Amino acid sequence: MDLSRQWLNDFTHIDVSDKAFCDGMTMSGSKVESLSVTGAGISNVVAGKVTFMSPHPDSDHMWVCKVDVGGAHDLTIVTGAQNVSVGDMVPVALDGSTLTGGVEIHTSKLRGVESQGMLCSLAELGLDTHDYPYAIENGIFIMQEPCEPGDDILKVLGLGDSVVEFEITNNRPDCLSVIGLAREAAATFGADLMIHQPQVKGAGDDIRKYLTVQIDEPGLCPRYTARMVKNIKIEPSPAWLRRRLRASGIRPINNIVDITNYVMQEYGQPMHAFDYSCVGGNKIVVRRAAPGEELMTLDGNIRRLTPNMLVIADEAKPIGVAGVMGGGNSEIVDDTHTIVFESANFNGTSIRKTAIALGMRTDASGKFEKGLDPEGTVPAVQRACELVEMLGAGDVIDGMIDVVAKPYVEKTVLLEPAKVNALLGTDIDRAFMVRVLEKLGFTVTGDTIHVPSWRSDIEHYSDIAEEVARFYGYDTVASTMIRGRTAQGGWNEAQRFTNRLNSLCQAMGFNEILTYSFGSRSAWDKIRLPADSPLRQALVIQNPLGEDRSVMRTTPMPSMLEVLATNAARRNPSVRFYERAKVFHPLPDSPLADEEMWLVLGEYGGGADLFQLKGCVEAILRDARVQDVTFVAESGEAAFHPGRCARILAGGESIGLIGQVHPTVCANYGIDSGSLYAQLNVAAMRAHQGPERTFTALPRFPAVSRDIALVCAEDIPVAALTDTIRAAGQPYLEDVKLFDVYRGAPIPAGSKSVAFSLTLRAADQTLTEDHATETMNAILAALSKEHGASIR
Amino acid sequence: MEEKLRLLREQALGAIRDAADLDGLDAVRVQYLGKKGELTAMLKQMGGLSAEERPKMGQLANSIREELTAALEEGRKALGEKALEARLAAEREDVTIPGTPVALGRPHPLNRVIDEFSEIAIGMGFTIAEGPEVELSSYNFDKLNTAEGHPARDRQDTFYFDDDDQVLLRTQTSPVQIHVMETYPLPIRIIAPGRVYRKDEVDATHSPMFHQIEGLVIDEGITFGDLKGTLNELVHRLYGNDLKTRFRPHHFPFTEPSCEMDVECFKCHGAGCPVCKGEGWVELLGGGMVHPKVLAGCGIDTEKYSGFAFGFGSDRLAMFRFNISDLRLLFENDVRFLEQF
Repeated sequence: MDLSRQWLNDFTHIDVSDKAFCDGMTMSGSKVESLSVTGAGISNVVAGKVTFMSPHPDSDHMWVCKVDVGGAHDLTIVTGAQNVSVGDMVPVALDGSTLTGGVEIHTSKLRGVESQGMLCSLAELGLDTHDYPYAIENGIFIMQEPCEPGDDILKVLGLGDSVVEFEITNNRPDCLSVIGLAREAAATFGADLMIHQPQVKGAGDDIRKYLTVQIDEPGLCPRYTARMVKNIKIEPSPAWLRRRLRASGIRPINNIVDITNYVMQEYGQPMHAFDYSCVGGNKIVVRRAAPGEELMTLDGNIRRLTPNMLVIADEAKPIGVAGVMGGGNSEIVDDTHTIVFESANFNGTSIRKTAIALGMRTDASGKFEKGLDPEGTVPAVQRACELVEMLGAGDVIDGMIDVVAKPYVEKTVLLEPAKVNALLGTDIDRAFMVRVLEKLGFTVTGDTIHVPSWRSDIEHYSDIAEEVARFYGYDTVASTMIRGRTAQGGWNEAQRFTNRLNSLCQAMGFNEILTYSFGSRSAWDKIRLPADSPLRQALVIQNPLGEDRSVMRTTPMPSMLEVLATNAARRNPSVRFYERAKVFHPLPDSPLADEEMWLVLGEYGGGADLFQLKGCVEAILRDARVQDVTFVAESGEAAFHPGRCARILAGGESIGLIGQVHPTVCANYGIDSGSLYAQLNVAAMRAHQGPERTFTALPRFPAVSRDIALVCAEDIPVAALTDTIRAAGQPYLEDVKLFDVYRGAPIPAGSKSVAFSLTLRAADQTLTEDHATETMNAILAALSKEHGASIR
Repeated sequence: MEEKLRLLREQALGAIRDAADLDGLDAVRVQYLGKKGELTAMLKQMGGLSAEERPKMGQLANSIREELTAALEEGRKALGEKALEARLAAEREDVTIPGTPVALGRPHPLNRVIDEFSEIAIGMGFTIAEGPEVELSSYNFDKLNTAEGHPARDRQDTFYFDDDDQVLLRTQTSPVQIHVMETYPLPIRIIAPGRVYRKDEVDATHSPMFHQIEGLVIDEGITFGDLKGTLNELVHRLYGNDLKTRFRPHHFPFTEPSCEMDVECFKCHGAGCPVCKGEGWVELLGGGMVHPKVLAGCGIDTEKYSGFAFGFGSDRLAMFRFNISDLRLLFENDVRFLEQF
């Protein structure tokens, strides 16, 4: 909402600087977004009268003019324009003047003749022919405004108006008007509000002879008010009116259209003018559109209408989309003779849905959709007719049609000062509250507050508290700390668990990433997810921002690979990332999602090594006290290298995956084929979390260490050998560590050598040589029996 | 004999003094005190002495042996120290050579800010609440006093999963308020950080997914003054006590009265600059007293209890905090960006 301060002054005199005005309005709830001044940048430009002209001695198209600018001597000014004559009043940019856009004008020689300034066109003053329809676009602005040589051009043209742009919240459509803001300003600055009552003389005749109005949909159109004007003379509006529209960001068109826009800006009530000759059957019907009905709107587009849309129709056809835009079939044209002014109240939601469905949000629909004052139709149409008479634009026909389909019922709220103070934490007296409310147009009788018709947002004492607080000053309300019971803050168990994962990942050199929760179906193909994978069952966004962001992710893998790809494309040589990523699975018996948190690790470059990553995962699992963890070879996950992938189990249940990313998947993402990836289900980790650790006594007797190198078949996993060693080594085996795997001569093909370092210890005595040897023999026997492994 | 012993002593002490290293010193020990050493040889000759002389000479020889042994030990110590000094000198390192790098991962700057804020709130007695991101319209809108027909519910602003617009991606963290009010015992004091979604195309200040932190306090006698006090305290702990704040009236469907809190522009400190559009203030968050309809809808007795709620964009907070100019950087995850924090 752009507000002209000159216009505002019609209703309340606020005699403060622009800055004080903006600050004051912002702090009382009308947030100022920006401030501008019309004609900003123009200085030292005056009105001048051309007194003498002669052709330039050295040019066939330039003129040398003598111009009276109110000084002792006429100035000599050279111009190339051809529309200037002696006696014309023109804008003159003097030596040292500035124009819009920062242009500076200085005395200079033009083909040998000194020019002491410049004659200006409309454009050089930031104007166009919408502002001054009598002027021409390409030439000097020959002014018809009353002025004397030497008058400041800003004064002559009424520039220098301060225009304040407000951000008006949805609950205050009444402030989308000069009067609404004047009411707020008067209350803010303690000034008087002067609401003007429109006076229409009328030219006789009777509207009832011309028109009937019928409302078929009282719920969608509670009220429809109309007046008519005949003997219309379509012409440009006067300068003052054009200027005010211009300052408000509205382009002047002609007197009738300008009047409807002027009233909309002043009263906040959108108006429409129909050409009466186009209203068939002399009847206006407010109804739903019939299925398949079409209308060409004023912008020239054919609109397909549906029964969800409210139209203004004549006897036979729609002539406007209610509250959105008029029809081309009833548009005001130059030979329009008689018009109907429509000033109606429509259901906001209906207007908004129609505007969205038709893809055309207009100034009018933008106001209607917020819900306008049901009592606002009559003053607006009266004001329009008053302006018609003021401008001499036509003869206003006597009488008014005012169909009230759904009468307005005044709302009341109790004035409860104690409750208001309790809510605010203040001690504001009742009289102050009443003063504020009355200033805003409420009336208070006893303890009853009568809410004005334009304040549909007020319905509870908390609303009254806000009105009071706005003018008491939010900044005046004392800041206090919460009294009452003290509260124990903190993270819960699950939050502490993920916080710890965070710290661990960072300590191991992983940088945290953060990715979108939605993605593309094509990502499933990129990670080679099988066609029948349950992970292809996803929640689908019906109105996505493109296919790329259309499904909720069911696996965190594509997000990580995309980030690796981004970094690879930017030639970052090595990266190590982690993410706490939520995935979303559809639920069988709920419309909501099973939202599952995963810890995801990914890396490439810098000697990324599968067993180093596995070491990190093991460290995380150990720290998290996940019990009974095993890694089993997994060749069925198509996103991974079939020979370099493990499923991570806890208590036999899958809690994650780790592996080298499949070369085809790497190629799909354009990342290094050695890229590594792991994912751990956070809830599953917690489900297998063991008890808090407790102290175990330190060993009192020395350990014996024995190394063994075995030869066994290639396909026997180290984990199987280790399990056998552990089982056979009881009770003295304390630890077993792999230290070498070797293939090649002299080991025969198909076999490998695996070397372990064993630690043996007895809890109650120094281990004897006999016990050690017995244990080793038992281990070797078991290895031989279970795996055919022999000592090397 | 005595003469010989005294001469031997002189020679041996001299040799010990002159020994250049431990090997030389050992050679001296062997020459004089070894099995075939000179002093040992002299002692063997003692048998040929008279009965009076023998104990005297024996005594002398023994005292010389002790003296030499002590001198040898001393020499060994001195030479050892010298050798250690030489070794240490040889082992000198250029300690200005950089250390071997240890890779340390960083938290994402956004999560860092969220965690910082959470820690501050926890210190003020708040707990951390969470809620679903795929949410029912009734929680995201209706129960927050945002009725059917409100513009925020439009399909051009909100992502929906069904034809009836009943299931959506939450557009705000405020539905967590409802979950908390429906399930937590009173009094309530929570913050709820989380992801939210709106149908905005990606640009320097917009993203279809972004982050908010919600706050909710419900108790007997909670006032608008408490809201101001709590928010001032939170912001001061986050940005320092000098930061000026101001509260302006605003509108949210689920609070009444509602406000926005501005803080003095981080860049120009109130003088006015492009960041604050010349205002000197930057909008930081919105809040207000929980609307009585919202409280009642959650079964809370509005005669007894009141409360306040607030919420803000944590992405913006992170951008202010770290001077990040473009929101897209937060979601690109370029390692050169992530390692800066």
